[in-house]
Amino acid sequence: MDILLNQLFAGLSLGSVLLLAALGLALTFGQMGVINMAHGEFMMAGAYTAFVVQGVIGSAGVSLLVALPVGFVVGGVLGLVLEATLIHRMYHRPLDTLLVTWGVALVLQQVARDVFGAPNVDVTAPEWLSGAVTVGGIALPKTRLFILAVAIVCVATLSVALRSTPLGRRIRAVVQNRDLAEASGISSRGTDRLTFFIGSGLAGIAGVALTLLGSIGPTLGTNYIVDAFLVVVAGGIGQIKGTVIAATALGLMQAFFEYSTTASVAKVLVFVVIVAFLQVRPQGLVTVRTRSLV
Amino acid sequence: MRLRTPAATRNLGGLSLAALTVVTLTACGAQVDSPGADASAATGTTCVDTSGDTVKIGFLNSLSGTMAISEQTVHDSLQLAAAEINADGGVLGKELEIVTEDGQSEPTVFAEKATKLITSDCVAAVFGGWTSASRKAMLPVFESQDSLLFYPVQYEGLEASPNIFYTGATTNQQIVPALDYLAEQGVESLFLVGSDYVFPRTANKIINAYAAAHDIDVVGEEYAPLGHTDFSTIVNKVKSADADAVFNTLNGDSNVAFFKEYSNAGLSPDEMPVLSVSIAEEEIGGIGVENVKGQLTAWNYYQTVDTPENAAFVEAFQAEYGEDRVTSDPMEAAYDSLYLWKGMVEKAESFAVADVQEAADGVSFDAPEGIVTVNGDNHHIAKTALIGRIGDDGLIHTEWSSEEPIEPDPFLEGYDWAQDLS
Repeated sequence: MDILLNQLFAGLSLGSVLLLAALGLALTFGQMGVINMAHGEFMMAGAYTAFVVQGVIGSAGVSLLVALPVGFVVGGVLGLVLEATLIHRMYHRPLDTLLVTWGVALVLQQVARDVFGAPNVDVTAPEWLSGAVTVGGIALPKTRLFILAVAIVCVATLSVALRSTPLGRRIRAVVQNRDLAEASGISSRGTDRLTFFIGSGLAGIAGVALTLLGSIGPTLGTNYIVDAFLVVVAGGIGQIKGTVIAATALGLMQAFFEYSTTASVAKVLVFVVIVAFLQVRPQGLVTVRTRSLV
Repeated sequence: MRLRTPAATRNLGGLSLAALTVVTLTACGAQVDSPGADASAATGTTCVDTSGDTVKIGFLNSLSGTMAISEQTVHDSLQLAAAEINADGGVLGKELEIVTEDGQSEPTVFAEKATKLITSDCVAAVFGGWTSASRKAMLPVFESQDSLLFYPVQYEGLEASPNIFYTGATTNQQIVPALDYLAEQGVESLFLVGSDYVFPRTANKIINAYAAAHDIDVVGEEYAPLGHTDFSTIVNKVKSADADAVFNTLNGDSNVAFFKEYSNAGLSPDEMPVLSVSIAEEEIGGIGVENVKGQLTAWNYYQTVDTPENAAFVEAFQAEYGEDRVTSDPMEAAYDSLYLWKGMVEKAESFAVADVQEAADGVSFDAPEGIVTVNGDNHHIAKTALIGRIGDDGLIHTEWSSEEPIEPDPFLEGYDWAQDLS
């Protein structure tokens, strides 16, 4: 029984990691349709931000909390620059975007290698996050609880922002019908930029959170980018709700498959389930219902 | 990932063919002057030019890609050894001229660049490689071109090529002593955790055979794909299996995620120590000392080894690359490899491959780790095994030593329990 609960938590925790990685992508890929292969590198930038912030501040306890907003801004600004220089030129050429952003990803990895050196670096976890909380006989590592909390806060903030702020309404309007939105006086250019800023910023936050689990290296992002796309596609494009459900489901599946088989087999099984699922429901879990014919 | 169009491949093939032709044409003029050279000249590929004041050697490490993290450090210590040798008058009075190539963390690139180094740069020997995949890819190149590779990393054994010198540990100099140590400490059950590729799987086969013969229970065996970063499930399994110790053959970044998870789950080296064979000084910084302090490692060299040679090595390395740099086993094995090659060449009084192979047996070097000696039969080297404990200072301190060098036995022929392995 203990082990079941342990695995349940492991699954939820993995789900929250996937969710953090995929949330920004749900905005930029899901809502805007931009295939940004450099999304993982924005996470990497966020992780290095945590490293730099810790170097400047010193105290591990404070630096993590400072790094979260700073990581958001760093990721966001990188995204903004990428959007303004390259991506906005190719909004209707998804394949070109894929190639260009992949190139950008490689450039960013090499920049990280040149600036921070080839060996991985490490961020010291704050004292108040070391060890575990024991609930009903199972140990819940505090770092994982913290990541879960960060993921929940991000999702909550994002859905509230999308639903009830003027900015959120503009974003949704542009996503659902760009021409009509423009005709109603919404600057789609500005909205695109802001959406990209927020999406990339979320990647930065994910990167900061990931420093609690692993080390920081130039290729940190590549470990997550495929899973992140998987979550967004399975969750249904254009919906945060779908992303949340898909991330949780994927995390739980991975954890339970892995427990009864091995890590490699579990990965295969998860892929098989997703492929089978997309055969039945190619549009993903949750979709936007519109009256448009396309 | 990196696709090459057929046209480009043809071009490249044509180019190297042209290079080869030029090389064979010019080779006759400056042939190595020794009896052994005639034999290799028969294959029409040796073009090593030793007529001048310099001799070329090749360094082939991944300076980009996922392995760059580790291989850059090996490259640095090779450069250091070359600079030292040159400052000291070179090899047979000839200055070493280094040709550097980037293996790009791709086995196929390693094979390609090795061919280039041998046939168009005409190097006398190549130093480098890290993953077993890169070594396996280069092996046929060195055998067919009859050239020499010095490979500096501990590996899974079960190999011995006349054209490769293995200056890292083979299994009986690292894994077997580690198991002896654990058995000595009263460990009766083991949990095996490894990355999912050739080295950990072979190592675990050996560990299972050893355990069966020594009354040790292997209570679990888990593999994670390379680059795997979520270890909560595996750590859960380790925790519920409650073994006396964990034998860790994870490679690369996975170690970081594993150890962070391990200490977060409340497991400590006191109750369940983890013995690792792929974590050296270089990796500890990336994992974070607080996550691995007190855990065990098995190597043949630590930065803290107390020999005058090591003090000089560490000082020279830090003077060259910075006070904050550490030295590790593969770096030291690479450093040794260049000196061992020098020893072989000077004993043979020739740079020719056949002469070097002939002279190899018994060549030794006062290495930072202690004295190392080449075994002429299997081209591995006799090394002392050291079990270390990771300290608060991020360095590894020797906990147990085999006291004297262990003769290399890559096929474990001297161990009864290992007879069914290969």
